[in-house]
Amino acid sequence: MTTMQTSPKVSSELVRNAAGRMVPTEVNGRPQTPFLGVGAYEPDGDKAAPPIRRCADYPTNGDKRVADLRTALEKCGLRDGMVISNHHHLRNGDRVALEVLKAADSLGVKDLMWFPSAAFPCQAEVIDLMEKRVVHHIEGSMNGPLGDYCSQGKMRGMGVLRSHGGRWQAIQDGEVQIDIAIIAAPTADAFGNCNGSHGPTACGSLGFALADSMYAKHVIVVTDNLVPFPCLPWQIQGNNVDYVVEVDSIGDPSQIVSGTTEITKSPDRLLIADYVAQFVRDAGILRDGFSFQAGAGGVALAFVGKIRQIMEETGVKASFVRGGSTKQLVQLLQDGYTSAILDGQTFDLDAVRSIASDPRHVPTSPFTSYNYHGKGNFASMVDVVVLGATEVDRNFNANVNTHSDGRLLHGIGGWQNCLFAGCTILAVPSFRDRLPVIVDEVTTYTGPGELIDVIATERGLAINPRRQDLLDAVKGSDLPIRPIEEIQAEVEQLCGGKPERPRLSDEPVAVIKWVDGTVIDTVWKVES
Amino acid sequence: MSQTTETAGRLHEAGRKGKDVRSDLSVSFETQGGDADGPEIVLRSRVEPYYGNAIRQQVRDVLGAFGVTGGRMEIDDAGAVPFVIEARIEAALRSAFPERLGGATSTSAAAGAVETALRLVPRWNAESALASPRSARVRLRRSRLYVPGSEPKYMLNAGLHRADGIILDLEDSVHPAEKDAARLLVRNALLALDFLSAETMVRINQLPLGLADLEAIVPALPELILIPKVEHAEQVQEVDAAISRILAERGVTESIWLMPILESALGIENAFAIASASPRVAALTIGLEDYTADLGVVKTPTGEESLFARYRVVNAAKAAGVQAIDSVYGDIEDLAGLEAWALRSRGMGFEGMGCVHPRQIPVIHRGFAPTRGEIEKALRIVAAFEDAKARGLGVVSLGSKMIDAPVVNRAVRLVAQARAMGLIDSGGASDAPGAVAAARAGTNGSNGGEVTR
Repeated sequence: MTTMQTSPKVSSELVRNAAGRMVPTEVNGRPQTPFLGVGAYEPDGDKAAPPIRRCADYPTNGDKRVADLRTALEKCGLRDGMVISNHHHLRNGDRVALEVLKAADSLGVKDLMWFPSAAFPCQAEVIDLMEKRVVHHIEGSMNGPLGDYCSQGKMRGMGVLRSHGGRWQAIQDGEVQIDIAIIAAPTADAFGNCNGSHGPTACGSLGFALADSMYAKHVIVVTDNLVPFPCLPWQIQGNNVDYVVEVDSIGDPSQIVSGTTEITKSPDRLLIADYVAQFVRDAGILRDGFSFQAGAGGVALAFVGKIRQIMEETGVKASFVRGGSTKQLVQLLQDGYTSAILDGQTFDLDAVRSIASDPRHVPTSPFTSYNYHGKGNFASMVDVVVLGATEVDRNFNANVNTHSDGRLLHGIGGWQNCLFAGCTILAVPSFRDRLPVIVDEVTTYTGPGELIDVIATERGLAINPRRQDLLDAVKGSDLPIRPIEEIQAEVEQLCGGKPERPRLSDEPVAVIKWVDGTVIDTVWKVES
Repeated sequence: MSQTTETAGRLHEAGRKGKDVRSDLSVSFETQGGDADGPEIVLRSRVEPYYGNAIRQQVRDVLGAFGVTGGRMEIDDAGAVPFVIEARIEAALRSAFPERLGGATSTSAAAGAVETALRLVPRWNAESALASPRSARVRLRRSRLYVPGSEPKYMLNAGLHRADGIILDLEDSVHPAEKDAARLLVRNALLALDFLSAETMVRINQLPLGLADLEAIVPALPELILIPKVEHAEQVQEVDAAISRILAERGVTESIWLMPILESALGIENAFAIASASPRVAALTIGLEDYTADLGVVKTPTGEESLFARYRVVNAAKAAGVQAIDSVYGDIEDLAGLEAWALRSRGMGFEGMGCVHPRQIPVIHRGFAPTRGEIEKALRIVAAFEDAKARGLGVVSLGSKMIDAPVVNRAVRLVAQARAMGLIDSGGASDAPGAVAAARAGTNGSNGGEVTR
């Protein structure tokens, strides 16, 4: 492989990667491979593996319960500098991650690397733990207060942002070795079998925790709904679990569902959703057995409503849809408009009930859905995916991570992984407040334009010139298909010219990983 | 700097601020302050890193153009575009300097400031504005979308929803305290925004306040003005005279059409006189909220209580040779109820209705579209008419039936409408209604409806 390795001691060296972005060659003491282009990096070697264990060291009756989290962490040998992982299936209602880090603090441990599958505002207190040197740095999505903390260069190590598939890839390829994984389980038995679909804090799939359960050196399951063995179904196998801890509550159910499952009333967003659905029809993507992915949030939900209307009119049925699952997708399944929901994340209570009771509503993991270093994944088999973005440039490259002033805004989620769908549509407003969304150069390069096919705005749809097949397919459609430059110029006229580009420092505070583990861009320090 | 004593030391405010405000700004000006370099400008903007310098430059330009050399201006900007910024600053300055720039009561002074303002407002692409002709007296007016005249965020993209008309509203949707500022905002929106194929309309306030609206907005040349709560022909003539005077003062000969709104029992009684009060009147419409209140009855989703009034409007409009346009359907969730209303409305002789949300537009367009059967029959009649004309026959016949002239006229008009709506390809009725084609056809307005006029 063509790496540009430097000494781990030289942390400031920057190279220009294949996307033309300056990226560090070393991050948190590990050498990095700069992005080489889509599909260019070829991994070698074997996958990582956890240490071999033996039954003799575990209770023969299968009861792995210990008194509390602190005891479990001690038994796992928690010490300075370890890598601790948590997961975001409880979203902003999670109570476990913070409890883990506070327990570590009470044990006097320092310099941990926290490796959540995503961080939420309810975990803002981790800032205090970083100030107290309990946590050294975070590798995971950061937004809100944690994003600002990282953006202002206050974190001791560098942030590393990975897609859901990229997190699996990093664990599987041994780039991140998890010392202790702590899995919040809505239902579990004393052996460690667990699922997310049952119990008072049911949240749907536990897929984000699956890699950790397989590759971490130690695994702790924390539950507030301990059931007699066997816990059915088990999405996480107790055979990978070291200890089980029973607590009063793993989370606040009212904060677990996103609450954004209302279809938007915004005229502009409804218009974008109409355009996207009509595009899917007019481009010939909508045909019997097709598949699509759309998450929660205004435009995506409105799109699902509109595509359903077209399916009703035309009698076309989908073979599968991919969630973020919502009530709207569940209704498609129940009314026979799709044969299955392959669910990566469960967004509302209707979807939680469905995943618990309907065998056609399947919990998936980043391994089956997204992992780029596997023998295929579901994301590339989806015919059309509807995603969002903060900024898009004229070459269709897009930013989902930072505000236009460079501050961290969002994690990558499954966004990068989804770009491999048959047709990738970014549904975005053409401007937010006064700020044009189509720019000359994206602030952060999260995804390459060669994988992005359509930018759908309320002022028209721009089709990537690389997709002549799509351009041909919609000839004769009455959709407003327009060159991206034309939409950009129109919005700049409305907004009173091109926005100034804020000056960013030359000090890296985080990197953005591509799906194959290479570094696709750098996030730079922002003055507070 | 001339200023009245009572305005000195007072804060002159315009616009809005707060967490939920978008695409607008709040301007606060006091005449005291500033130094030798000019007025003091304090700017807090949500888009500071991107447009902070541009905003400060614009503020200096606007203050300079209005001859303001001192004072203190404080701005909280929530991502307003330049035409909104100009409108809000101008509103604050007019309040501060009523004698020179024209406050609420001084319309003649306001007219004096118009020239300055017209120079300051960024124009939409002048070439494309010139390329699209002004709206014709007869054109598609199926849908007219109400946009509050004090809400910039709804104005910016209003043209994208393919309504036949967009009403920038100065009347019911604008709080009395915001009337002065709203008319400047509406004026600037007319100048700065591209409403695409939509006919640009303004609903002014009831007279006499509506006359002050005209001073501000007529120079920006809206294509049609709605006059609310009309009860007498003289009110229409007063508006006509004011428009003609303002246009003449500016040496402009463009057409501006009128659509009186009848909203009372008395207005309905005078419907014909009102519809024929001025050659500017292109359409007559009804406001059911106020009309049913005036009658003391409840407005229902099916509208039986207003049948007389609505038939009266249709008949008066046809007698005066103008279009009859229906009221709005207020429940935006009930799209099925809306569609049923639109179908009944078309059956009564109306050619369109109002919308309070863009999602109503396609439903209304469906409701007012002729059916396939109607189109096919009309095409046969028109073909027979053309055939008779070509053969020099005085009588049009289809099969064994003789066709009367009014029936031919109706067919010609229906075919023209269907063509404008994109329901007819070059040859016959189309399977795929083309909304874009319909919208474009709506712009040039030269449809065959004139045959009957």
